[in-house]
Amino acid sequence: MTECSGSIPVRVEQDVVLARQAVRQLAVASGLRLVDQTKLVTAASELARNAVIYGGGGEMRWTIVERGVRKGIQLIFADQGPGIADHARALTDGWSSGTGMGLGLSGSRRLVDEFELDSAPGEGTRVTIVKWI
Amino acid sequence: MDRIPILQMGDLLLVTIQVDMHDQLALTLQDDLTDRIQRTSARGVLIDISALDIVDSFIGRMISTISALGRIMDASTVLVGMQPAVAITLVELGLDLRGVRTALNVERGMKLLQQPEASP
Repeated sequence: MTECSGSIPVRVEQDVVLARQAVRQLAVASGLRLVDQTKLVTAASELARNAVIYGGGGEMRWTIVERGVRKGIQLIFADQGPGIADHARALTDGWSSGTGMGLGLSGSRRLVDEFELDSAPGEGTRVTIVKWI
Repeated sequence: MDRIPILQMGDLLLVTIQVDMHDQLALTLQDDLTDRIQRTSARGVLIDISALDIVDSFIGRMISTISALGRIMDASTVLVGMQPAVAITLVELGLDLRGVRTALNVERGMKLLQQPEASP
């Protein structure tokens, strides 16, 4: 039986590296082509770092999803941090609440097929991304 | 603490990044490089990223910063060996590494470092 979902913590900086490696393994095992592997791993790196730096740590859940005949990799990054009030602004290139370049959310959205930001002040942040195979 | 090794060849510094860097390691490399440029009076820095299978916004920013710091300290930086999938991803992410000189491989990078940098 193959494992088709799981989760790993993203609490400290080193976890970002582990998250990247886990997503790479998943992407390779799913038969994603190299460019798409690279895009998914890069998006995961941005979102995992966000969860650590801005969200005070959280977790990454991964699932192999199916829609009709299509299969994809879904990643959810969830933290219990301060949350985001203005979604439109948070998704704008160059906007950052911290010391980053402000490309984490907006950039990772361009690298995946589906992107959903679910966040409210005081309620943490959940970002769900999907890359279809 | 682990560090990325910096090799000296004449007045050039050579860095080959071969590990998946966590953020602190990238920041340490930035500090180590500026320190070495000062101590060795190096005129050029060659950064080989052919072994890196991703460059995200943090590593991208480190590369831009090293290049800018180097320029201020009279050392040119050339980034070499970026994998095509990494280049495609970087551009889509929104990073164009403006101001960073690049070359396809180490040999061309070395040649580039031996030419004077075009004035902006």
